[in-house]
Amino acid sequence: MSRTVLPGFRLALGCTLAYLGVIVLLPLTALVWQSAGLGWTQFVAVVTSPRALASFRITVLAALGATAFNAVFGLGLAWVLARYEFPGKRLLDALVDVPFALPTAVAGVALTALFAANGWYGQLLEPLGIKVAYAPLGIMAAMAFTSVPFVVRSVQPVLEDLSEETEEAAATLGAGPLRTFMSVVFPAIFPAFLAGCSLAFARSLGEFGAVIFIAGNQPFRTEIAALLVFIRLEEYDYQSAAAIAVVMLAAAFAMLLVVNAIQLWHLRYMREGD
Amino acid sequence: MHAQFLRRAVLAFGLAALTSLPAIAQEPTTILNVSYDIGRELYAAIDKAYSEQVKARTGKDVTVNQSHAGTSKQARAILEGLEADVVTFNQELDVQTLVDKGGFVAADWKKRFPNDASPYYSLPAFVVRAGNPKNIRNWDDLIRDDVKVVFPNPKTSGNARYTYLAAYAYAIRVNNGDEAKADAFVKKLLENVPVFDTGGRGSTTTFVERQIGDVLVTFEAETAAVKKEYGADKVDVVVPPVSLLAEFPVAVVEKVAARRGSTKLATDYLNFLYSSEGQQIIASFNNRVRDEQIMLANRDRFPQVDLLKVDDVFGGWKKANEVHFSSGGKLDQVFAGR
Amino acid sequence: MAARPRIGDGPVAKTVVIGLVTLATLFMIIGPLAVIFYEALKLGLATYLTNLSTPDTRHAIWLTVATALVAVPINTAFGIAAAYAIAKFEFRGKGLLTALVELPFSISPIVAGVAYLFVYGGQGWFGPLLQDAGIKVMFAYPAIVLASLFVTAPFVAREILPLMQAQGNHEEEAAISLGASGWRTLWSVTLPNIRWALLYGIVLTNARVMGEFGAVSVVSGSIRGVTNTLPLQIELLYQDYNAAGAFAAATVLAGIALLTILAKLVVEWIEPGCSRGEAG
Repeated sequence: MSRTVLPGFRLALGCTLAYLGVIVLLPLTALVWQSAGLGWTQFVAVVTSPRALASFRITVLAALGATAFNAVFGLGLAWVLARYEFPGKRLLDALVDVPFALPTAVAGVALTALFAANGWYGQLLEPLGIKVAYAPLGIMAAMAFTSVPFVVRSVQPVLEDLSEETEEAAATLGAGPLRTFMSVVFPAIFPAFLAGCSLAFARSLGEFGAVIFIAGNQPFRTEIAALLVFIRLEEYDYQSAAAIAVVMLAAAFAMLLVVNAIQLWHLRYMREGD
Repeated sequence: MHAQFLRRAVLAFGLAALTSLPAIAQEPTTILNVSYDIGRELYAAIDKAYSEQVKARTGKDVTVNQSHAGTSKQARAILEGLEADVVTFNQELDVQTLVDKGGFVAADWKKRFPNDASPYYSLPAFVVRAGNPKNIRNWDDLIRDDVKVVFPNPKTSGNARYTYLAAYAYAIRVNNGDEAKADAFVKKLLENVPVFDTGGRGSTTTFVERQIGDVLVTFEAETAAVKKEYGADKVDVVVPPVSLLAEFPVAVVEKVAARRGSTKLATDYLNFLYSSEGQQIIASFNNRVRDEQIMLANRDRFPQVDLLKVDDVFGGWKKANEVHFSSGGKLDQVFAGR
Repeated sequence: MAARPRIGDGPVAKTVVIGLVTLATLFMIIGPLAVIFYEALKLGLATYLTNLSTPDTRHAIWLTVATALVAVPINTAFGIAAAYAIAKFEFRGKGLLTALVELPFSISPIVAGVAYLFVYGGQGWFGPLLQDAGIKVMFAYPAIVLASLFVTAPFVAREILPLMQAQGNHEEEAAISLGASGWRTLWSVTLPNIRWALLYGIVLTNARVMGEFGAVSVVSGSIRGVTNTLPLQIELLYQDYNAAGAFAAATVLAGIALLTILAKLVVEWIEPGCSRGEAG
């Protein structure tokens, strides 16, 4: 790989670092600083208490479920928007951003109204024995709703940008549609897809507003980690709140690091293949 | 710790500088009342009446701004710099926090206004489905196997802390002070709660709109609002024969008021709550007031209740908080033991 | 459009995929949206308009727009700078920087708000100093902007980064070697190549700034008619047993989202040549 002749590296990097420092790193340092006030033993005791562990488990499982759903639904949506022309496409395109635009609390209220036993969906689902509102499934639904645009909006531009020639080449060489998809299209969108999914997952881990309305918030059953942070804050226990928040933060950060490493590796692999 | 010292020094210096020039500041015409979550309608009416009264009396235009949220969150916000001139809370613990952490409120705040600085009071009462199909009359009924109870999380809602303490106080009384039995009582009660919302209004929605549970426990003042809002054909109000006294303490946030020069106005505003006009308004929102004549005139709305006091049963709010609501306290143990 | 078959273009596959996706969208996105409009308009159009024209709600709308006007341009500039540095250059710690840029996504907004309290609050690092200087940051407009900046910092970078990486540096390098200046290259080569992704990013940033609830609720002090943003006002109305008013305000946010999309369509219509394909 040769060095580029492009200018502006220092300026761009400098601005990025300075801005990140003030807007992101400064408050997060304050957060870590607060939790450090606990001391190591206390810190471990707070974050490994049975209730905290239960909330981590629920949050992670629900976020995984929501992300799995969005991986399929989001990819499908991006595909449809990028590849097909059909009536109502613009509307569908616009609708994708709705989950971001709605305040999460409003989304939570609306979803609860839908999935409660007397709601539009709940009426159909409850008789089948499927309980969504005030159950783990509800947490998943709220997370899936708030994070679906991540997958779509990450994949869509790349799909739109994909050149037709490679696909056509594969097709002329006799590859079936599935084979073409797996060997030509998917590798090309893979970094964006992975990024979208990881962001959806990370966002789901931290989602608060939408979830608390629909979750039921039963300790050990449907209490998410963000709510536990909130509860500790209400007790003026800043340090414990910060400690739980730091664990969530570290987990999300580690995941983003891994994903980015995979992406960079993939990018290099693709370029070398050029 | 250096940072801590520096912070204190700067703070002390700043305070000294500020308190030395209080008279210079012009008396402001706007004050901020930081209040509990469900006092919105009440204080909207109070603030309007107060502004009109001041206008008639002095010709000045005065505006009272409102902020409503859970009182723990509100107290925290004031500690962090929200410029409240007065607080009107629904329990004294969070006022005390303002005293203990940084002296925002005078230590003797309870003596600054009549009735322990609590111009009105209420009590936890029940809202049941129309016709009371499960025949819920008293706290015992809430721990029946066939009854589902709705109230918010006591950790995040002052309203629910009263509910929890009322149930506990009731159990202590009927079991002649046996704490183990009272522990078991609240454990069973919490097991009967299918949904914990974070605030009182959230629980009301869960109960009425989502049709979850057989009984909603909330302030008596709020039960009437629920009935009015959703109609007598949907819900009934049941006031149990025994409950817990819920006082609504008020205080001037001295530290902020001194800086802004609003102490006089803030005090005047809080005194308005005790005036006949103020008490009338407060009572019209179904709070029980201190003015005996107004109470007498409204006695059909406020049935006789044997009111237990936090001070008597739990030895004060501070202790009640430590034993029950702190991290690892009884409430946490009950949840953990399930 | 080329007529050669691309995968998934067969009539059956196309119908099935579009059908499934539309159905899922119907349930996942239109459902909640329908509930909101249904609740907002349940009591009639007159009530709906009255609900929207109360002074507090109007002030909340104004404050929300004012926040977006400052936060969106700043984060757009940041996003371009960050994506440019990451996509166009090789340097050590690139993965780390990318993860840092994305970090705000994974932080619960409530936690973000609290973290700002630790910095600028009355008991935080700089709070006392600011207070002495008479500068109000917390529980005022600056805090609302700061919290919004934090929450939406990664959007633009996240949208344009995959595309910039996929495109590589060839076009820019050509422009530079032909003697174009750095800024000119950025303006006439880099940005046009990513314009749609960039627009998505800005639209999302805007929508998210306007809809942000958790972080702002911690730092705004939610003073009625003063520091209540639209999402906070919605929650407040809802808690006031004024569900119709709350949902009416929510329709404004949904409407803004749809409007920004409309703006995108208009741009596309006025300048049809800039449509996709050119970038490839």
